[in-house]
Amino acid sequence: MRPDDRHYLPSHEWVKSDGDTVVFGITDFAVEELSHGNEDDLVYCDLPEPGRKLIQGETFGEIESVKAVADLNSPVGGEVIEVNKTIEDHLQVLAKDPWDKGWLVRVKPDDNSTEHLLDAAGYEASVGEAEG
Amino acid sequence: MRHTPLHDEHQPLGGKMVEFGGWHMPVQYGPILDEVRCVRERVGLFDLSHMGRFTLRGPDAVALVDRVATCFCARIPVGSIRYGLLCRATGNPIDDILVYRGTDEIFLVVNAGNADADREWLLSHTDGLDVQFEDQTEELAMIALQGPLSEESLARVTTDIDLAELGYYKFAHGTVCGSPNVRISRTGYTGEDGFEVYLPAERAIEAWQALLESGQASGMAPIGLGARDTLRLEAGMPLYGHEIDAQHNPIEAGLKFGVSFHEEKGDWIGRAALEAIHAAPTHSLVGLTTDGKRVPRQGYSLLSGDENVGTICSGAVSPTVGKNIATAYLPLHLAQPGQVVDMDLRGKRQACTVVDLPFYSRKRS
Repeated sequence: MRPDDRHYLPSHEWVKSDGDTVVFGITDFAVEELSHGNEDDLVYCDLPEPGRKLIQGETFGEIESVKAVADLNSPVGGEVIEVNKTIEDHLQVLAKDPWDKGWLVRVKPDDNSTEHLLDAAGYEASVGEAEG
Repeated sequence: MRHTPLHDEHQPLGGKMVEFGGWHMPVQYGPILDEVRCVRERVGLFDLSHMGRFTLRGPDAVALVDRVATCFCARIPVGSIRYGLLCRATGNPIDDILVYRGTDEIFLVVNAGNADADREWLLSHTDGLDVQFEDQTEELAMIALQGPLSEESLARVTTDIDLAELGYYKFAHGTVCGSPNVRISRTGYTGEDGFEVYLPAERAIEAWQALLESGQASGMAPIGLGARDTLRLEAGMPLYGHEIDAQHNPIEAGLKFGVSFHEEKGDWIGRAALEAIHAAPTHSLVGLTTDGKRVPRQGYSLLSGDENVGTICSGAVSPTVGKNIATAYLPLHLAQPGQVVDMDLRGKRQACTVVDLPFYSRKRS
């Protein structure tokens, strides 16, 4: 079971509340899909600058592996207030700890709505078939 | 999805399986870049049983190939192999192929994803010719050994043939892992020395396991299609659907070596169109290298100033070159080594420099 202290998009991003901000990341499943279990196959992560306004469901960055490139989608709308700069040069952090040290951006959300997101059980169900 | 005779071997070796050309194939067993290095430095083992394999027999088998393929089949010595393409009248390829000239038969190796179209094309151009067509894709497994230690690796399990005497793009028959009269060619799609072996499907698993077991002494590893794609791109070899397709022609792709305009070959499908392009090409396939982190991908636009001048055909992280690399068609005035063009990444740009193909060629002893 994946962490139940946060919400998910079916496209494998997570969002976790932290005081009056939220942080975004991607799931272990997303990392596995990109790197096939080989952390050195991750080559690049493009993240937005602080101050950038994000729109719910739209792309806020890209992540790329040797063989694939994937969009990073915003689970909620808001303004970027901090970026995890460590990630851009140390992509293996994503493979080792996608839930905590592998956070991507900290965002001041437009509102606190989460109805459009999956909870951990819902996300498990959505990836269950792919993992089967 | 279709399964090769070796399908069930791959996942226990760590193989990640994907769909490719209608087949369920291993894309990688470990890190792709490690697999590339393994082939460049030692030897890799590949299941290529998805490739289409056809045999043509009968008095006009050679004539059929000379009618539909760009290479001059009647001039291929028995025991030799040539690269060629099947082209439409427009000169645009349906596929690229290898032609093995045997004593009594022509053996063709074609791309998995085009095998049905190739078969149909061949069979629809047999008017007036006495040719028997046989599809051997299912009955034969195809295993490749690629890398500088290929010969010593294959020699451990092979008898009745002197591999050292088998020249590049030549084939002969020998006993492989106890399977007699197996076709062995000194060919490959990686830019390294190596062999491709065609043995009965029912003997494939035994041979695969024996090759891996005895190959340990040479540092052999199984290699997936991901590394194969990087290896062939580094070696400047085209892949159908990337460098060549219904919109591109072999002349501008730099494949003139596989196209014969020899008078004695007579007319063949696409000849007139390709002669015209040969006389006045407008574009050229080039290599690109980039110092940036972003990996070029098929479909990305190339800009010169604000003008869209081309599209990436293939791109890869190249551990051999030490940079990210790509191929693209550029207008001739830009297709010069040292020319800089920008790759468009949704409005961001990354500079790419034109270089000669191939990116890599092995030092021959």
